[in-house]
Amino acid sequence: MAYSDKVIDHYKNPRNVGSFSKSEQGVGTGIVGAPECGDVMKLQIKVNEKTEVIEEARFKTFGCGSAIASSSLITEWVKGKSIEEALAIKNTEIVSELSLPPVKIHCSVLAEDAIKAAIADYKKKTDQAGNETHGHHRDQ
Amino acid sequence: MAPNTVNAPIYMDNNATTPMNPRVLEAMLPYFCEEFGNAASRIHAFGWRAEEAVERAREQIARLIGAALKEIVFTSGATESDNLALKGVAEMYQEKGDHIITQVTEHKAVLDSAKRLERQGFEITYLPVDRDGLVDPDDVRRALRETTILISIMAANNEIGVLQPVSEIGRIAKERGVLFHSDAAQALGKITVDVKAWGTDLVSLSAHKMYGPKGVGALYVRGRDPRVRLSPMMDGGGHERGMRSGTLDVPGIVGFGAACELAYQEMEAGAERIRALRDRLQSGILSHLEEVYLNGHPDRRLPGTCNLSFAYVEGESLMMGLNEIAVSSGSACTSATLEPSYVLRALGVGDELAHSSIRFGLGRFNTEEEVDYVIKRVKETVERLREMSPLYEMAKEGIDLSSVQWQT
Repeated sequence: MAYSDKVIDHYKNPRNVGSFSKSEQGVGTGIVGAPECGDVMKLQIKVNEKTEVIEEARFKTFGCGSAIASSSLITEWVKGKSIEEALAIKNTEIVSELSLPPVKIHCSVLAEDAIKAAIADYKKKTDQAGNETHGHHRDQ
Repeated sequence: MAPNTVNAPIYMDNNATTPMNPRVLEAMLPYFCEEFGNAASRIHAFGWRAEEAVERAREQIARLIGAALKEIVFTSGATESDNLALKGVAEMYQEKGDHIITQVTEHKAVLDSAKRLERQGFEITYLPVDRDGLVDPDDVRRALRETTILISIMAANNEIGVLQPVSEIGRIAKERGVLFHSDAAQALGKITVDVKAWGTDLVSLSAHKMYGPKGVGALYVRGRDPRVRLSPMMDGGGHERGMRSGTLDVPGIVGFGAACELAYQEMEAGAERIRALRDRLQSGILSHLEEVYLNGHPDRRLPGTCNLSFAYVEGESLMMGLNEIAVSSGSACTSATLEPSYVLRALGVGDELAHSSIRFGLGRFNTEEEVDYVIKRVKETVERLREMSPLYEMAKEGIDLSSVQWQT
């Protein structure tokens, strides 16, 4: 199978590879896929809690070149976006940007799922933190 | 990128196909434009010369496998030979019985032929293999029934190179008077193929896996004790003693013969050299990287084949990183089905490691410099991809990946 130039570029020079500490304030982590399916994506966002803007993103991916490229691309796209804007990213945009063939569409779906999971994790964490703070106040 | 001693791209996918030996090409060339006769034209010199060339090739092939001239039936390749063996025997012997024994890591040409026969009412036993990929001959014995007409067990597996105990199975087949077919497409020219020692009644052969041309192969069909009969799959002019109609591919057959002649003379020395290269590759990779697993039996294997799983790295992405090196992967991403290799799964290799597998297939044209270059490139690519792998990170943190609830 021939890869598009953009897939090759992301594979060779992946953007934003790495990890944040999961417990760090403002960090949301999404891990989607399964090893037995041949794809696992870990996508992390670091959100400015005041502005709800994603300031940083990191990924690690076990998967084919298209999966690596899809996750690398989405980390670039979400940076600087608000949470709402990031949630609006559609897998079809990844498909067209990377010229993914039909058999690789699931890679783009996984990247979309990963960003949604990371945002959900961030929200869950901030809600919990909020509740704890409130509880603390009530105790006082 | 490549040092001066190696010329990229490097071909290490010799189980898929092999480059044709220039000496084979030389033998074939006169049979396109000058000696173009139809080997079935028994009425003029053009036909006679073509027939002579075909018979010379038949002799070269027969000699390599210890067969008689009349026992070689030319086909378009091992896929056709497998189809002809299974379907031809099933149709011819259906009065005698309807049961066929095969095993789970056979080539699709055998498995899908068996499945078609199953749909037509035949009963098929698919024997399992052990962790090394080997069939237990005792399982063959136990699977035999009064109605068994054929056993089909390959000589060497295409993905992992494992050599099945064909001689032992051949003895069991003989004892019970059941026909025994073996797909030797991967074995021919790599290890000794001896139809007598193996006790085989039918053997599928291919030219392009042993430095011959594509599109030509043969089926060995035992001529006596017993004389095997086959229903032809192709109706027509009754070529190849009625078993395979169709004008013979004279240049292809000449090339197949020449490749067998070269194998007859040079196989032993060649196999030793290839085995040494394969072992160098294997130990080089295993000594440089942790958590790399060999798939298939360590010794009972074709000399050039090495199938490795690289934990935490997906096979297709590894091949992409090795883009100047031609290898093959059992990863689902390289197939249209999205299923990882059925051969590796049959060995009990988990889907995760099946997705992480790479098959290196060394051949007579590979060099030590190429092997060293490939070791270096595999090492750096696996390390780079592991740094990018969430599974590697989790494993390093001490997380048991099998206990994780994955979100799919």
